[in-house]
Amino acid sequence: MTAELHEELTDPHADQLDHGAASSRPLKSRISEPQPRGAKIHGNRPVDQSEAANRFMAATEHEAMHDARLWDLRQKRDKEMHGIEEWEELRNLASGIKEHTLSKLDYYLELFEKNATANGIKVHWAKDGAENNAIVLEILRSRGVERLIKSKSMLTEECGFREFMAENNVEVIETDLGERIQQLDDEAPSHVVVPAVHKLRTDVASVFAKTIGSDPDNADAHYLTECQREATRPLILSAQAGMTGGNFVVAETGTFVVCTNEGNADLSANTPPLHIASIGIEKLIPGLDDLAVFIRLLSRSALGSPITQYTSHFRGPRKGSEMHVVLVDNGRSARLGMEKFWPGLKCIRCGACMNTCPVFRRSGGLSYGATYAGPIGLIIDPTFNVHKYRNLPYSSTMNGSCTNVCPVKINIHEQIADWRRTLAGEGEISPVKKVMMKAAGEVLASPVVYRASLPLGRSALRHLPHFMLYNKLNTWGRKRDIPETPKQTFNEWYRKNRKQQDEGKKS
Amino acid sequence: MSGSREAILDTIRKNHVQGERARPNVPLFDQAAPADLNALFQKSLERMGGKMLTPDAVDPMAPVRQAIVKSGPVLSCVPAFEGDMKITPQTKPTDIAPVEYAVLRAAFGVAETGSLCFTEKQLLVNTTGFLPQHLIILLDPSQIVYNLHNAYQRPEWTQAHYAVFQSGPSATADIEGVLVHGAQGVRSLSVLFHPAS
Repeated sequence: MTAELHEELTDPHADQLDHGAASSRPLKSRISEPQPRGAKIHGNRPVDQSEAANRFMAATEHEAMHDARLWDLRQKRDKEMHGIEEWEELRNLASGIKEHTLSKLDYYLELFEKNATANGIKVHWAKDGAENNAIVLEILRSRGVERLIKSKSMLTEECGFREFMAENNVEVIETDLGERIQQLDDEAPSHVVVPAVHKLRTDVASVFAKTIGSDPDNADAHYLTECQREATRPLILSAQAGMTGGNFVVAETGTFVVCTNEGNADLSANTPPLHIASIGIEKLIPGLDDLAVFIRLLSRSALGSPITQYTSHFRGPRKGSEMHVVLVDNGRSARLGMEKFWPGLKCIRCGACMNTCPVFRRSGGLSYGATYAGPIGLIIDPTFNVHKYRNLPYSSTMNGSCTNVCPVKINIHEQIADWRRTLAGEGEISPVKKVMMKAAGEVLASPVVYRASLPLGRSALRHLPHFMLYNKLNTWGRKRDIPETPKQTFNEWYRKNRKQQDEGKKS
Repeated sequence: MSGSREAILDTIRKNHVQGERARPNVPLFDQAAPADLNALFQKSLERMGGKMLTPDAVDPMAPVRQAIVKSGPVLSCVPAFEGDMKITPQTKPTDIAPVEYAVLRAAFGVAETGSLCFTEKQLLVNTTGFLPQHLIILLDPSQIVYNLHNAYQRPEWTQAHYAVFQSGPSATADIEGVLVHGAQGVRSLSVLFHPAS
């Protein structure tokens, strides 16, 4: 495919801009290397995140680019934050608005339904992913739809929507570039905002060469983006239906809001005569005053950009067309009743916790083997399947950075700790951890044994061969080295230096 | 499905472990608004990849004509400018696909983010905002609000069925963070300050 290269694409001025998901400094992969694939899924067996993370880290070019790219997004986010004096107040408001709405979720859902229906939107309710898929298929079939254009939605990933539609002979075309890359490569998105961030440009060139006929030797990002635009445009124009998700649902006006940088949601919604939006029930907020808070926070937190290029508000069908909203539960109403874990429902899917997480940046989103990766995934995924995702809450350094950047102030790292306790209580703990915990428990239970063990441990750390510390049992040791061990314990130092002094003071 | 509606609402009512939380009052955060909103709007628009056209006091539409540098149909949705194409009641959303430039008027602008608001009233056919290759936008400088809090006080949100903030052109950086304008929507977006008559 020869893509027409427009001069805007080589505009030198554009290089100085870093809006949207753009990097603030040039980052370019230097070598081509096979792309590491995600976690191996074996039915309901617990996902081994660290196995997949090891393979990602072994692909050094992928790991280095991924780490640098996401850390750059985190730094862009910080820069935006410092430009807004009321940032912390906005976070408090966002958290408070979400908590208020969740505490009256039945009321707000009914209010939205009433207002949206009055504006001509047909509202449906789905208790799970399967029901969502069935409702959408029924709408499409009754109108003879064979091709559906779609913007990115994490909810449809939860529902296995694309696979279901493929089985039922409906062609689904993803229109977000990153999501389209992932669809053409038959791979799930690795990040909620930048779905193909784990891929190098050469990976994309090879996917496009195989699927849309681009030049396999041309890995220029401008060329590849243009090829995709040209290949997708005719599909957009000929689709009979469009589908979006929803970032926010405003109950008082019956509006749902979609945020994109490419304008692909607007094309999907406005070109064909039928628009369907599947939206999770936790996306509700009360009114427009509240919406302002979230629009100010979302893109700044996600990408360090003041706003997404497109913020689209749908309140009713346009003349001569149909609009449907499917309100999807899929476990959310049950999560609302979990004393410790309901605040996870405040999440606005910005991905800031992923960008800041040292584990995520080095292991790639696909290593989690779940719809939601990174810190937010660790606390959401076990609510879908506690056995399959029982290892995930351990994929954290507990540094708390995720909690610090979260725009809706979810206590992510505390919930990770709570999940570890909950999983241990439910017997959902791997055999290796069980043995280590038992030994640690015996030592920690007795002050005498604990003190006696410390100098031993210190000396062991200094003298044990490296392979004893950095073996397969100790996943923590990978890609890290321990700090130098002190020559004495604190207790030894205290006895020598301060004890007499302190006792002198007392007398 | 109707059974699911009741089942979902019942589960929610049973599961309200958090008790009722008060609704926060959202301030407008506009105490520090600068006097010159036009300058702030311009700075924010350029940050988002948009361009400002320089007004011409003698010939107000000259900057629009000068911005049209490529051949191809020009669609005008404003009375102030004569294009090659006009929207009629028969125009379908896909008819906009061949358009090279569309000339539109924004309902209002937001200085904080360089955003332009359009509803179906300005777009006439909603795809005029997205299917053309380039947009040239007239904005009345008296219709610029300071921030997004002020923007959501406007009447458009409860009048229109469709309303969009466009903040610069379509953009992507999904391949190694390289910024590319014109991912799916418009490749460029230019704004001319032009008072509505």
